[in-house]
Amino acid sequence: MQTQTEIGYNSKVEGDVVVTRVDAALNWFRKNSLWPMPMGLACCAIELMAAGASRFDISRFGAEVMRFSPRQSDVMIVAGTVTYKMALAVKRIYEQMAEPKWVIAMGACASTGGMYRSYAVLQGVDRILPVDVYVAGCPPRPEALLDALIKLQNKVAKEPILSMLKKVA
Amino acid sequence: MSVVPNPSPSNPPPRQTETAAGRLSPVTALSLAQKLQRQFEGLISEPTEFRAEFSLQISNLQRISEICSFAKTELGFDYLVDMTSLDHYGEDPRFTLVYHLYGYGHLQYVRLKGEVSEETAEVPTVTGVWRTADWHEREIYDLMGIRFKGHPDLRRIIMWEGYPYFPLRKDFPLSGRPSEMPEVAFTQQAPLAGGPFVTIAGGKDTISREPRVRIPDTDAIEMNSRLERRRDIKGAHGEARAPGPIQPKKERA
Repeated sequence: MQTQTEIGYNSKVEGDVVVTRVDAALNWFRKNSLWPMPMGLACCAIELMAAGASRFDISRFGAEVMRFSPRQSDVMIVAGTVTYKMALAVKRIYEQMAEPKWVIAMGACASTGGMYRSYAVLQGVDRILPVDVYVAGCPPRPEALLDALIKLQNKVAKEPILSMLKKVA
Repeated sequence: MSVVPNPSPSNPPPRQTETAAGRLSPVTALSLAQKLQRQFEGLISEPTEFRAEFSLQISNLQRISEICSFAKTELGFDYLVDMTSLDHYGEDPRFTLVYHLYGYGHLQYVRLKGEVSEETAEVPTVTGVWRTADWHEREIYDLMGIRFKGHPDLRRIIMWEGYPYFPLRKDFPLSGRPSEMPEVAFTQQAPLAGGPFVTIAGGKDTISREPRVRIPDTDAIEMNSRLERRRDIKGAHGEARAPGPIQPKKERA
């Protein structure tokens, strides 16, 4: 009759247990479920829709849940020309997103203003938001957006969450 | 068997309509333009032709709504296709307003032009004649700064209320001017430096071939554009988000 609860290593449960760091686990959860905020402002949004549809299927990377509420999204995909009239609205929506949050600047316009060197167009969304990944192209093909998403996932996977939390606390 | 020429879309065949005299006569753009000109003798010039379309010069736009009203009710121009404005910067009068008229009954176009001086920059509205003029006039007000007397809702339509410039005027630079409306919008000068498309052939990478800013007479074109970009990012998001110092490019093996 066993009187003592076994604490510590138990060979009977081996195989059902994965040992990892908390950081790595949290990042793994995060990176495989990046819900996008589709900030579709111009023609890039059409490619964004294509990336979400069956042929390119962004859900293979866990980012198919396009949230039209900033409160529920993790990554803002700025797809299109950011005009000055829209700029503060984009910034406001970004600020409404809960941390942690990331930004993909999709296409030439969102990255640098693109061909619109004019009085009406913000010369790159990085002038108002911190951009994590820039996607070249006018518009970029869906594969390019998927590539950007994978690059962002790699970035998210390397974030030192715990040390960041300690700094905050 | 006679050969009937196909009517082309740009030059439709004249339609037969009843006139007051009871005879059938073809309605042409020229005849309509002449009727309008005769009605307002002295106010409207002889029609001038360009590629089978006719333009009338109006000497005093203060009576434009009267002219348009006659054109709509008596001459069947039931559609205001477009309203445009021109800026002859440096001349007086500075602006030209152009009204593009069309009739769905007779399928003819006519164009009315009139001049507006910079001092008044005000013209009576034609929204009472064609309701569609509402947005056309708002657009002209927004981008060219010509006001329309009697307009029901003369607000900017593209730029925001409080934007201090009229961007389609010739003395307004394409790159824009800095402005600030707290909580609404801001603008900055776009880097043009020699043209809207600044490319430097033969640069060693994309950043030097297509810089954001080109500073002539320096060989630091690439460096300046990269430094400016880094300053911008640092200024907007703080030191922590700023990129590191510029590293020299590795030579390709």
